[in-house]
Amino acid sequence: MIAQRLEGKRVVICAGSGGVGKTTTSAALAMGLAAQGRKVAVVTIDPAKRLADSLGLEDLGNEPRLVDPERFAGHGIEMQGELWAMMLDAKRTFDELIGRLAPDEGSRDEVLANRIYQELSSAVAGSQEFTAIAKLYELDREGGFDAIVLDTPPSRNALDFLDAPDRLTGFFEGRALRVLLAPTGLAARVVGRGTGVVFSVLKRVTGVDLLQDLSVFFRSLGGLIDGFKERTKGVKKLLADPATTFLVITSPEREPVEEAIFFRNKLREAGMPFGGLIVNRVQPFGTEPADEGALARELGDTKLAAKVVKTWDEARVLAGRDQASLKRLKAETGDSKPVLIPLLEGDVHDVDGLVAVHAHLFG
Amino acid sequence: MGKSTVAAAVGLVAARRGLRTIVAEVAARDDVTRALEAQEPGRYDEREIAPGLHHISIDPEGALEEYLRDQLPAPLAEMLAQSRMFTVFAAATPGMRELLSIGKVWELAQAARRTPGAEPYDLVVLDAPATGHGVAILEAPRTFAGAARVGSVARQGHTIHAMLADPARTGVIAVASPEEMPVNETLALRGALRDRMGLDFARVVVNGIEHSRFSAAEAGALHGDSEPVRAARWHHARAGAHHNQLNRLRRGLNGVPCTTLPRLHVAEVDAGGLDELAGRLERVL
Repeated sequence: MIAQRLEGKRVVICAGSGGVGKTTTSAALAMGLAAQGRKVAVVTIDPAKRLADSLGLEDLGNEPRLVDPERFAGHGIEMQGELWAMMLDAKRTFDELIGRLAPDEGSRDEVLANRIYQELSSAVAGSQEFTAIAKLYELDREGGFDAIVLDTPPSRNALDFLDAPDRLTGFFEGRALRVLLAPTGLAARVVGRGTGVVFSVLKRVTGVDLLQDLSVFFRSLGGLIDGFKERTKGVKKLLADPATTFLVITSPEREPVEEAIFFRNKLREAGMPFGGLIVNRVQPFGTEPADEGALARELGDTKLAAKVVKTWDEARVLAGRDQASLKRLKAETGDSKPVLIPLLEGDVHDVDGLVAVHAHLFG
Repeated sequence: MGKSTVAAAVGLVAARRGLRTIVAEVAARDDVTRALEAQEPGRYDEREIAPGLHHISIDPEGALEEYLRDQLPAPLAEMLAQSRMFTVFAAATPGMRELLSIGKVWELAQAARRTPGAEPYDLVVLDAPATGHGVAILEAPRTFAGAARVGSVARQGHTIHAMLADPARTGVIAVASPEEMPVNETLALRGALRDRMGLDFARVVVNGIEHSRFSAAEAGALHGDSEPVRAARWHHARAGAHHNQLNRLRRGLNGVPCTTLPRLHVAEVDAGGLDELAGRLERVL
């Protein structure tokens, strides 16, 4: 089912809240596309250790590595194409980007050595989102793959991801700050004394050294700004490209459902392509009451049958919730046939688990 | 994971013991009030949602205005709050939102509140963002203090950090579900918290654990193809997987106390469900 939706797509972005099985779904999607004969890269962020091990991802190279097709042998997957996989290293991706954009080694080293850059590039919320997109753009531009599947960072607010290029470029441009930092500059002439007051108050509130550090930071970034702007334009174009598709992944629980609907609407507003919903962890049972008498005959044990009924009644409540969630999701996202993946018995953290998810995605 | 639910349950336990308590949510989603069926979502002020239990949804922009009003003479604060340049500065500086949010949490915990007319709390329960961002928000004061070195931001950054990094004043409760990834993340979070904040978990709450209703012998007798019997086998297998993950987590935590909360078989956790969870936490907290 999912195969049709991904036909002709070069970039597949899996979005949704944390804890809904996004990484597993991304990996299973990429595996399925590769099995069909395409050369696919899956970019994941911090996958479960055992899942990573099963794909041979122990090595944090920050570049895709070919997953040995032998790993799928005997699991019912015939790999006709190639599956490449990588784990994103946010800090390293950021450093590489600076290296690419810097006009010369001197300015690159100056930025990389800047204390503010070092703090911001690793610790700050939003840098993961930004670097994930930067890596995606890089891989697409290099053109080495038929398809790239991106597992987005677990972000509570899906907007963080769509906004990431703009927000970080905005910061690096530092327009507002540079205006403030140069009291004799254009703004001072236009706004007059007001800027001076804002500047001195800022100094008082934030501490003068912060501004000085920032000033040095922006000066050293000066040569990179045009590159950042170009890149942001390219990234936005890629996100809106017809060969790009966003799959929204959710579980039937209330919070992820609301987030999925929210994200779907944001995609619509931003004019970005929505490829459909994948609902993970759906209760795999119905909502009909059980017939205790029939169960007692089936099991030959009335006490056991009573326990089975109790378990069944609990499962029914959740199945009912899931049905209501699905109804709401269909109505709100406009996807009348979302792909459903049942809640599996155990965790998915090995090739067999991936194959099980794959069967539901491509079955 | 049910982090907000657990935060609300912890708040409820404290409030019942007579502590004036507030649950602070930082990502403006109002999950806690929804669970408690309180009205008017989307408000950013402190309000009582159950006897002795208050709630606030922290909004960084509001916190910034409050901070400026507290620090500066009124006309200046007014001017800055309305200055677009300042708003851009605050919005565009990575980490600023985190700093402002955690700054507000600190303010809530002060015996002498800075917010005019506000009363102090005995306990502030922070419903922190998910793992990665969670450490970033706790780290923000020190990061900024380090960057500013002098001035009021540096001074306050150090003060806030001192509170957050003091195990006598700050306890971190990690919430996990008994599955592969959350268990790994919880163990990784513990390492990050120790390295970057010098803090260890006070407790880990494993939420949503499934306990099998069937003994091994009974499970072995669950033969048949009807849906309820298949569901029973499935339930038993899942419960087994949950217990394996719980054991793995316990081994990794070597000694950090760990409490389990059962999976509630309800469509949505309501006041009754919260009550049940609070009752279970009451025994260990």
